[in-house]
Amino acid sequence: MREYRDVILAYSIMLGLIILVGFLQSWSIALSILCFCLISAVMTMGANIQWGYAGLINFGIMGYTALGGLAAVLVSAPPVKEAWQVGGMQMIFCALIIAAMVFSVRFILKKFQKSNNRNYGIAFVIIVGLIFLRLISSPAIESIEAVSPATTGFLGGMGLPIVFSWIVGAFFAGALAYVIGKIALGLRADYLAIATLLISEIVIAVIKHEDWLARGVKNVIGLKRPVPYEIDLQSTQWFIDLVARFNQKSLNLITDTLEKEQFLKQLVIEGSTVFVKLCYAGLFTIVVIILLIITQKALYSPWGRMMRAIRDNEEAANAMGKNVVKQHLLIFVLGSAVVGIAGAMMVTYDGLFTPGSYRPMRYTFLIWVMVIIGGSGNNFGSILGGFAVWFLWIEAAPAALFLINFFTSGLADTNAFKIHLINSIPYFRLLMMGIALLLVMRYRPKGILPEKIKHV
Amino acid sequence: MDYVNAIVLLLNYIFVPALSYGSQLALGAIFVSLIYGILRFAYFTAGDLMSFGTMFTILFTWYFQSLGISLGVLPTALLAIPFGIIITILYVLAKDKLVFSYYRMKKSPPVMLAMVSIGTMFVTQAIVRIVIGPFDRRFFDGEKFILKANEFKEMTGLNEGLTIKSTQVITLLVTIIVVSILFWFLNKTKTGKSMRAYSDNEDLALLSGIDPKKVVMITWLIAAVLATIGGTLYGLDKSFKPFTYFNNMLPIFAAAIVGGIGNPFGAFLGGYVIAFSEILLTYAYRKFFIYILPESLEPDGLLQLLSTDYKFAVSFSILVVVLLFRPSGIFKGKII
Repeated sequence: MREYRDVILAYSIMLGLIILVGFLQSWSIALSILCFCLISAVMTMGANIQWGYAGLINFGIMGYTALGGLAAVLVSAPPVKEAWQVGGMQMIFCALIIAAMVFSVRFILKKFQKSNNRNYGIAFVIIVGLIFLRLISSPAIESIEAVSPATTGFLGGMGLPIVFSWIVGAFFAGALAYVIGKIALGLRADYLAIATLLISEIVIAVIKHEDWLARGVKNVIGLKRPVPYEIDLQSTQWFIDLVARFNQKSLNLITDTLEKEQFLKQLVIEGSTVFVKLCYAGLFTIVVIILLIITQKALYSPWGRMMRAIRDNEEAANAMGKNVVKQHLLIFVLGSAVVGIAGAMMVTYDGLFTPGSYRPMRYTFLIWVMVIIGGSGNNFGSILGGFAVWFLWIEAAPAALFLINFFTSGLADTNAFKIHLINSIPYFRLLMMGIALLLVMRYRPKGILPEKIKHV
Repeated sequence: MDYVNAIVLLLNYIFVPALSYGSQLALGAIFVSLIYGILRFAYFTAGDLMSFGTMFTILFTWYFQSLGISLGVLPTALLAIPFGIIITILYVLAKDKLVFSYYRMKKSPPVMLAMVSIGTMFVTQAIVRIVIGPFDRRFFDGEKFILKANEFKEMTGLNEGLTIKSTQVITLLVTIIVVSILFWFLNKTKTGKSMRAYSDNEDLALLSGIDPKKVVMITWLIAAVLATIGGTLYGLDKSFKPFTYFNNMLPIFAAAIVGGIGNPFGAFLGGYVIAFSEILLTYAYRKFFIYILPESLEPDGLLQLLSTDYKFAVSFSILVVVLLFRPSGIFKGKII
């Protein structure tokens, strides 16, 4: 118990803060903060697997998140039959061409010695493949995008429950990570950071501009939820009864039946949003707990010890017969897959997919701030980082407003300087993040909950 | 077949824009490369430092405009650049003193410093957005065009026009001046040579009596100067928007790595490599081929290799290819 004292203390403070928001602002806000905290926690766990366990820098978190979101669309959106009719076959054919290209390049790489001719051969295969792809796909894409472009204009998904996408998202992200890892993992740490950052931008560019895939910047809205809708709840008898039972006391105070009904209706509407968010929070908590159990087991298994050995001294681990390259690739794929789950969870929660909203500040650098502040190498720490930083990110605006009002209380409300400051409140959160990161790195470089290594 | 028109077409739509965009990238890439070579970390604040410098240049420009000072046909911003530079220098030196020097003393690994630079990135971004706001701003004044398309057509009697904006010429001239001074400084003066020695082999440089504090300080000075000038030129040519500047960090890094990171001259050329490939690969060549091919062979497609949406993706793909086949960059920088 003693070794977990810090953990329990930090988590209780965090939960207390969220409950405080519930009392001071509203329960709906508190629960949506909680949901995003849980999603952020999954992301930080993914990043922590890569950075904390193995010391690999991955600045491509945005790309994996977006791929997870794409998986949510492809799994849950209803299929667009007309689009499949006009261009489906060609797109499948294109996929086959890509597969053929990959296999022939692999064949050439295996079969021939390293030489200029081999490079020319690979270049030839790729160029010919690209020309064929272009010729076949462009008419197909045009006709797919022409199918009622205001509502669909894409191939649609498979129409399955959206929860499946959490697994599919993990596979998508893992597959991308495999390719990136093959290309970039040999690079030095800061090169790897830059390369992954740029590759994630390419991923976003593709998702944004290939409209046939997921409507690009036109966004996909109205994805099906895994939890009930507020409207349905408000007309369900058991839910109304439940709300009535919860508010028995205040309802009994009202004597007038009409007024009572009105009040109950108001309560049911409020209750339904809270209930929906509670359902989401429950689902997300299950994911976080499962991941936490798996990652904890992995960290203290022989495999986890080997990863730490590789992280702390690559050459020594190599000399002991551990395959560093293979393990790096494995952990890169695993971590990215976890981030992919988080991406799918986020789209599930929002119910919409907006490729234009994926920006590196929010989805890469903020996650890194969470990992560093929480404590890299410690799963409890990274979850705490996700919670604390997301909480700060959301509550920075009210806090900044309070501080500005406090420090400029001597100035009139029409003072230009004060108005300017109040208008720029959204940007104080960047300032707070930056300062928090710098302070933690300076005075507590291992994070709030540092890594603990059990010595046997 | 009409070769003259075809050449003018390419000049107008590819060569001139790529040359000015490349110069702006090159200025950024040089200082990223210098910081990597001498301070030995990836400086993620690069784009935001440029927007910081540009912001103060804009503020001084507005101040001068309100006083009624202008440079006539030239943009007032040129007058404001020195003041912007001074404030940016103070800012980077303060940042170094407060933040970076601690990690340098402790000899922290480069990754740690890169993380710290992410912290300063957040702070710088916040400062810029709080002071000037996140909006798109134009601060160009003076004569806009040196050569207008119509004038060119009348002058030469060709079908194709050639437009040269004054900002493009200013960009090119300023870049040539700044870069020549910089390379003269690095190659000929004693301080510059000591900087290169420090970058090559830190221990040896320290043994031979080079003052590391001075080297670090001058690196930051150069970074501030290049960031402000590069940022202002970009803002004059296009417009100033903090988010675009943050995004420009990516092609700047691509340019620095493609040119061989740690090698300022490589970074300078890398800027042009990135700019030209971005524009060459996303330009629709239809009109060009109409001019040079006989009528019977006229193309019917747009003949565009990639849609303009993928402009950024081009530079990153080049980067990936370079990393795969020549990780030390085209012009051989530090071995990694």
